[in-house]
Amino acid sequence: MKSLTLRGWVTLIVLAALALLPIFVSMTGREFFLVLATRLVILAIAAVSLNLILGYGRMISFGHAAYLGIGAYAVGIPAYYEIYNGFIHIGIAIGVSAAFAFLTGLVCLRTRGVNFIMITMAFSMMVFFAFVSIEEYGGDDGLVIEVRSKFGQWVNLENDTVLYYVCFVSLLGILYLIRRIVHSRFGMVIQGARGNEGRMQSLGFDTFRYRLVCYVIAGALCGYAGALLGNFTSFISPEMMDWTRSGELIFMVVLGGTSSLFGPVLGAGLFILLEEILSGFWLYWQLIFGIFLILVVLFAKGGIDSWLGRRPER
Amino acid sequence: MDWTLLIVQLLNGLQLGILLFLLASGLTLIFGIMDFVNLAHGSLYMVGAFFCATLTQWLDSFWLGLLLALPATAVVGVLVELIVVRHLYERDHLDHVLATFGLILVFDTLTQMIWGPDGQVIPLPAWLDGQVSLGDAIEVPTYRVAIILTGLAVAFGLFILVTRTRLGMQIRAGASNRKMVSALGVNIGLLFSIVFVIGAVLAGLAGMMIAPITEASIGMGNQIIIVAFVVIVIGGIGSIKGAFIAAILVGSIDIMGRSYLDVLFKMFMSTQNAETSAPAVSAMLIYILMAVILAVRPSGLFGPRGR
Repeated sequence: MKSLTLRGWVTLIVLAALALLPIFVSMTGREFFLVLATRLVILAIAAVSLNLILGYGRMISFGHAAYLGIGAYAVGIPAYYEIYNGFIHIGIAIGVSAAFAFLTGLVCLRTRGVNFIMITMAFSMMVFFAFVSIEEYGGDDGLVIEVRSKFGQWVNLENDTVLYYVCFVSLLGILYLIRRIVHSRFGMVIQGARGNEGRMQSLGFDTFRYRLVCYVIAGALCGYAGALLGNFTSFISPEMMDWTRSGELIFMVVLGGTSSLFGPVLGAGLFILLEEILSGFWLYWQLIFGIFLILVVLFAKGGIDSWLGRRPER
Repeated sequence: MDWTLLIVQLLNGLQLGILLFLLASGLTLIFGIMDFVNLAHGSLYMVGAFFCATLTQWLDSFWLGLLLALPATAVVGVLVELIVVRHLYERDHLDHVLATFGLILVFDTLTQMIWGPDGQVIPLPAWLDGQVSLGDAIEVPTYRVAIILTGLAVAFGLFILVTRTRLGMQIRAGASNRKMVSALGVNIGLLFSIVFVIGAVLAGLAGMMIAPITEASIGMGNQIIIVAFVVIVIGGIGSIKGAFIAAILVGSIDIMGRSYLDVLFKMFMSTQNAETSAPAVSAMLIYILMAVILAVRPSGLFGPRGR
């Protein structure tokens, strides 16, 4: 067995801590940590899915929070009609997210650079405004989900610990999936096109199609995270797809380190912890948060991943 | 058909378009010349509105407040450029987006610390507060007409600045080839600062002009900035002419959609369906417009090819 690097150790320790957290909670009775960790894990899934396009593909999507919203409403709207079957919820979340990513991707991926950033943002705002103006599902005020998704008798999501483990196992599964994608021929084409798209095209790859598929996968995964989020928060509103939410997701990815498998998980973790700690002791905590964000961009290229000894990729 | 309402709505669309142009012209110049994505542009819009509100309340005069708030906003623009933005020109777009997103958090929170969570009202002088009649039986608020005229004047001034002056020549040259301009001896750092501050003042002015109608509130720039981005993407990044045409187009379509889409929908669907779907579609209308335009011309109406 090869010796572990610092990064390897941190990865291992974080995963072990997340896996054992419910035991700690049941011993100490501090339910609060379970709630915090569930949120952390769900947002980590979203950040990991964003990293697939942002990190590996250099497609800076500023509208990724839309998929969180779509996923959450895929739980909320059926529940509104008293359909609680979780398989239907997850199916709608992934299906609609993938369809939305496909349709918008057809337009977005024709553009480059800053136009891509802005058009992805605009499409997410389109979803935002659509939900704001649909009065039937609460409009601005949002929707309360009273019953969590039902998956037969074996998995009871009403139990917070079960929900947590479902999220955690999902995170592990999605990390494995992304690892397989990145190291596949498909992933190589995506990363090749990040460095030099013209070269990949002259090698005969239709990079547009590869990027589109990648974009759809990332959207579908984030839609899944959204479905988990809907179950977790039990209150959903269009506010969760506001463009500032998408900005936070990007920050998690960059904070952790782009185009590394585990970086976004660390980024989401640090983000959630900082948010929790700072908001606890100062009303104006967002000031510190904003300054921290600027400092990270100015001085800490490569994020947590590079602090742990990995060279940032250019 | 109610013609009075139609004309009032057209004017409202024009007014929104003018405000969007003030925001978008700064954004498009900053992007065109420095290749810099500034999400915090909306914060300067907010800062301008708050400065104007406080100065107006202190001095008891909207005009003095407006006149003094402009240089105050310029100072904030200079500080932002000096402390943060200047160090980011050489970085990639992702860094621009993140750092300016951080700036938004800083500005929103600072504003809340200084002015508190509530909005600030700006009282208008009496002669601006009334109605003005256009032709027979059509009355529109005087202040809205004032906004439109001021905006058109600023747009004209900006056009002269960019096309007829030495600074404008340098700006246009900088937009097409930065390295060449600095090789020819133009102080590119100074040029960047000037352009950034011009953009900041224009955004601040837009905020000051809208605040008497909507009042100055925390985060007021965060929604309209997205629409301003839509404008510059439609118009083609870096083009003032494109920004102007797209701003008027987007402003009019947005207002018209909100007022008349349900009428249009009722022609071919049931009243109830029309009334539920029209608000949703009208809110999405400008984004649909942008998607269609980008699908046909990926670099916008007047954008440079191959950026």
